[in-house]
Amino acid sequence: MLIDIIKHSTRFLALLLLQGLVLNNIELNDYINPFLYVLFILSLPLNASKYLVLALSFVMGIAIDTFQDTLGMHTAACVFMGFLRPYILKILEPRDGYETNFSVNIADMGMKWYATYVVIMVFAHHLFLFYVESFSFSQFFSTFGRALVSTIFTLLLISITQLFYYKPSKKRR
Amino acid sequence: MRNFIQFLVKNSFVFLFLFLEVIAFALLINNNNYQNSKFFNSSNYLVGNLYESVSNVTDYFNLKTTNSELAQHNAELLSVNINSFTKIYGNTILINDTSYFQKYVYTSAKVINNSTNQRENYITLDKGAINGIKPGMAVVNSNGIVGIVKNVSPNFSSVISLLHQKMSISGKLKKSEYFGSVIWDSDENNHCTATLKEIPNHVDIQNGDTIVTSGFSAIFPEGLPIGTVQYFDVPKGSNFYNIIIELTTDFKQLSHVYIVKSLQKEELDKLEALTQEDVN
Repeated sequence: MLIDIIKHSTRFLALLLLQGLVLNNIELNDYINPFLYVLFILSLPLNASKYLVLALSFVMGIAIDTFQDTLGMHTAACVFMGFLRPYILKILEPRDGYETNFSVNIADMGMKWYATYVVIMVFAHHLFLFYVESFSFSQFFSTFGRALVSTIFTLLLISITQLFYYKPSKKRR
Repeated sequence: MRNFIQFLVKNSFVFLFLFLEVIAFALLINNNNYQNSKFFNSSNYLVGNLYESVSNVTDYFNLKTTNSELAQHNAELLSVNINSFTKIYGNTILINDTSYFQKYVYTSAKVINNSTNQRENYITLDKGAINGIKPGMAVVNSNGIVGIVKNVSPNFSSVISLLHQKMSISGKLKKSEYFGSVIWDSDENNHCTATLKEIPNHVDIQNGDTIVTSGFSAIFPEGLPIGTVQYFDVPKGSNFYNIIIELTTDFKQLSHVYIVKSLQKEELDKLEALTQEDVN
């Protein structure tokens, strides 16, 4: 339990600093801005209370917003994502339920499950974020395109992080 | 009641989500200029129309005073009409259309929203860009000056009231022609008064002296009444008077105003900018 708290807090800080200090400065083509920090919410334990997930999403969003100076924008998107998470998990639940000792990564959950889960969640987050940013539906397709392209880049970064998990976790468990 | 509480408890996750989203959007709108302007522009459109319909009703209550004001103003206009003057130049012939040319054009407008008790007061008028209103035009009424147009939408315009922290108007003493700036500070002034600064302390001033616009900025026509001296003193160690003036315009009762378009402002601004450039 304690080790879980330490693990997730470390991930929170690491992702926050990575996003705030490195990834925010990457703006390819003025258009694509990857948001890797959502990995924190994605990786919270499967059995975590949904209220806790929602609260942590809020905290993560506020923290990112203070870095980006866009107070409220990422918060809204993160809270939306935290709200969706239990429903997505329920839909993707295997017939005999989740294994309690599994953590949410590609090694434990398997490629297919993890890919579906991450794509849905990240795309939902990015759509919400980009529409909040433009704050109108007047440029519907351009906003949609931006969300789509940024989603692809975020997914790319997430798959890179999953490479770290792949081998050692197979040996450990 | 119990059912209601049960309903709240049952859906507490959704309510927590909505609650957090409301906080997020409140932060978003209050802290980000772009989203703020989007939000308030669309709500301004709604509120502007609402104000107009409210004002359509409340206008009837002021009809009597407004009428008498208009009648008085008409009388004043008639008295300055060219027909009420006799030519005093014995044998020279004046041709009106070449010796006079129009410098200001007036458009009448109705006040549909007005505030007087804030630190920064704004007035909304029912004339906008389609009536030829542009930012920077002066707004006056029959008693005196009112403010300067700040923003225009197609049908409405938003005016910075004289009762605004950042407003500063060039005014002069009618008697002695000394000029200074008229400013308004919510800490020192209420909706009936303003402060005239930068008048040197050797100038002779009496209570009740009239202050009029100087016409230097070409926004306001020269000689419009601003107010009368109510109280004055010289702060210790200062070479300038601190003059409290009583405004001639009653901002609590504004209903009909005139928007003044200066036909020479552009030319004047261009010339002044050119001179500044040469000096620098």
